[in-house]
Amino acid sequence: MTAIEKRLLVNKIVLGLSSLSALIGIGFLFWILYVLVANGIDAINWNIFVFEGAPPGYEESGLRQALIGQLLLVGVATVVGVPLGILAGTYLSEYGQKSKLAEIIRDISDIMMSAPSIVIGSFVYAIIVLPMGHFSGWAGVVALAIIMIPIILRTTDDMLQLVPSTLREAAFALGAPKYKVIMQVVYRGAKAGVLTGVLLGIARVSGETAPLLFTSFNDNFLNYDLNEPMASLTVTMFNYATSPYEEWQKMGWAAAFILSMFILSLNILGRLILLKKKGR
Amino acid sequence: MTLLIDKLFANATRFVAVAILLLVAWIFTVLFQHSTEAIAAFGFDFILQDKWAPNLEKFGGFAAIAGSVISTFLAMLFAVPVAIGVAIFLSEIAPAKLKSPVGVSIELLAAIPSVIYGMWGLFYFVPIIRDIFGGLGIGMLTAGIILAIMILPFMAAVTRDAMNTTPDILKESAYALGATKWDVIKDVVIPYAKAGIIGSLILALGRAVGETMAVTFVMGNVHKISLDITAPATSIPVTLANEFTEADTDLYFSSLFELALILMVMSFVIIALAKFYFLRRTRKVK
Repeated sequence: MTAIEKRLLVNKIVLGLSSLSALIGIGFLFWILYVLVANGIDAINWNIFVFEGAPPGYEESGLRQALIGQLLLVGVATVVGVPLGILAGTYLSEYGQKSKLAEIIRDISDIMMSAPSIVIGSFVYAIIVLPMGHFSGWAGVVALAIIMIPIILRTTDDMLQLVPSTLREAAFALGAPKYKVIMQVVYRGAKAGVLTGVLLGIARVSGETAPLLFTSFNDNFLNYDLNEPMASLTVTMFNYATSPYEEWQKMGWAAAFILSMFILSLNILGRLILLKKKGR
Repeated sequence: MTLLIDKLFANATRFVAVAILLLVAWIFTVLFQHSTEAIAAFGFDFILQDKWAPNLEKFGGFAAIAGSVISTFLAMLFAVPVAIGVAIFLSEIAPAKLKSPVGVSIELLAAIPSVIYGMWGLFYFVPIIRDIFGGLGIGMLTAGIILAIMILPFMAAVTRDAMNTTPDILKESAYALGATKWDVIKDVVIPYAKAGIIGSLILALGRAVGETMAVTFVMGNVHKISLDITAPATSIPVTLANEFTEADTDLYFSSLFELALILMVMSFVIIALAKFYFLRRTRKVK
């Protein structure tokens, strides 16, 4: 075998192995997706949206409390987390820039983005659940907001920096004070990017289960009061899936399906917004 | 008036930004304060002992800590080769038509919540392990595999991004010298993107250490170290998820908080290492 033949053979083997591992990896992932969709579609029916949780064996049992609880928890966390994240991101991009303080905040917040969410849950347990004496929706909201802020901060910082500084200078030259430049020029220029960041942030916290286990806990009944324990799709899914009852497990798959579709659509929407902006 | 608003706005943004630093400091302080009782009661034995007996007020976190390390190690063992394979496939081998759809679907799979991976593992993977190895099917091995599958999309996506930073001109020069594709990958792409690739892998490791839901379903929460990786075991996140709402004594709580603190420090160090040591140069790569 000549040297060149040997090299070509090695090349073929390695590329084959790499394609094979790609195939295995992608195969596993699509297997999960298939299981999710097949079980989800099988389990979904109108009852799920109409009825609240019931003991196994009851015909009239659903996920209404979890769906509404999930929307409430994620919605309020968004209302709390997004403005804070955007403000902090604005500081980094417009005021702090390359200063030491800004760099430290960037680094720490970047680390927080991958920090274990269950630890955030135990922190919130210590500062809110213990003093209050019981689990509450607010504790869940705070935990989710803490997880969300670093994501929003990072995208806001990145996206505001993409706005050309000539635009800012033009506005300054017209005599606009800095906050007006930021509000009316910079935010407008970075609108699509920041919106994408917000959507991805919402998608990320929607799937969080661990920080809710001992903050918002769970509830089998519909409840709009954030001072009380509150059901969420994720925790309900966990409880139902680990239960021995087949109806509950089925309902767990329905919850998994609804949640993933919600998260996937948010992700796709975010991508489309960015693509559209790039296309212009 | 405008000046006042200007100042207010500037200070508001600075206040929130600094508050984030304070929040992180607060998290560490609270975790530490709540662990003091366990630290005082057990000292270093907490890390070295594996006896976890709530009824006897004896708590040793060794089984959970070792469980975290072993399950993450297993996950890396399975995920790294496959992720690098996927990354090479996406950045160098796949035809242009495949690159984008496969790449995007991998990124979308990274967005699927880990609780769903855990659920899939419990219903579809545990039976397979049970058929092959006998026993319950839950334990370290199953957890490692599920964890590997869960971090695979993230790992593959960031590794691919790191590989994509290699300038085309370098690759083209190598091809012009008669290099095969594999020569280019091993002698140009991997050396060029080495820091980025290692950083991405460690970043994925940092996520895997703290991952809770993907493994809680399939670990078993048994505080015992066993040489048999198919036996039920536990890890820090699994212990926290299972026992936090059950803890009834102060010492029990305190021990759980100490585990949380250990986990937080572990992942903080790993992620910081990845981000600041390896990914500094390639900041744009998420």
